[in-house]
Amino acid sequence: MNHLNLAYAATWLIHIAYLAYLAVKFAPLKREIEELRKK
Amino acid sequence: MKSPLPILALLTGALLSFGLYQARVAAPTEQTMGDIQRIFYYHVPSAWVAFLCFTANVLFSIHYLVRRSAKVDALAVSTAEVGVVFCTVVLVTGPLWAKPVWGIWWTWDARLTSTLVLWLIYVSYLVLRRFSTGSQKPVLAAVLAVFGFVDVIFVYMSIRWFRTQHPQPVIGGGEGSGIHPDMLFALLANFAAFLAFALLVVWVRYRLERIRHSLDEFHALAAVRAPEEARSR
Repeated sequence: MNHLNLAYAATWLIHIAYLAYLAVKFAPLKREIEELRKK
Repeated sequence: MKSPLPILALLTGALLSFGLYQARVAAPTEQTMGDIQRIFYYHVPSAWVAFLCFTANVLFSIHYLVRRSAKVDALAVSTAEVGVVFCTVVLVTGPLWAKPVWGIWWTWDARLTSTLVLWLIYVSYLVLRRFSTGSQKPVLAAVLAVFGFVDVIFVYMSIRWFRTQHPQPVIGGGEGSGIHPDMLFALLANFAAFLAFALLVVWVRYRLERIRHSLDEFHALAAVRAPEEARSR
């Protein structure tokens, strides 16, 4: 893969990694809200 | 009311696709560097978006220092985090562009060094927010953001103040600067796309921060009420 494709791929990898981090980090919060609603 | 998030995400996706088409297909090939110059359409808009995020962060931080609003503090941390993500993109795409053009991955010139320092400052800001405890945490973070912003100005001005390996500004760089109109269109299309994407992510991050804050408040209140309820029984 040349540097151009690598730069474009790296850009999207960084953004997708951050979105995945947000999803993983805040999944417990959503579960907690659901549990509180059930109570 | 239904969340507008899916529609905004679709619109942003369309903008990003259009930007990618402009960058990889529609924009003319640069004569000296060839196709590798197309990194420009991701590298430069990412830097602009990072600058805007850090500028928003310092404005929210100053606002927080004056008003002490939790909502503004949530906006400050959201913009800093997204700014760091875009700054990371700049620091990764830059060397990938430099190696085939300059023959080196990195050089310690004013622009590159100050950009690395900028990234380190805002990573420190996020680390401070993550690991410090106590009620003064947002205040300390806001003060750090105000001082850290000085480097944003330095990064922006570095290629104007110093002779650097990094190229001089192609837009707004004075006499002799400027690019082909089709290249400018591709650049602005990608800037608009990444700005829309950043706004969307900041919004999501802000909402998540507010949820976390509300849950923390709920637990703190529950902890205060628990002994009172036990006494009344």
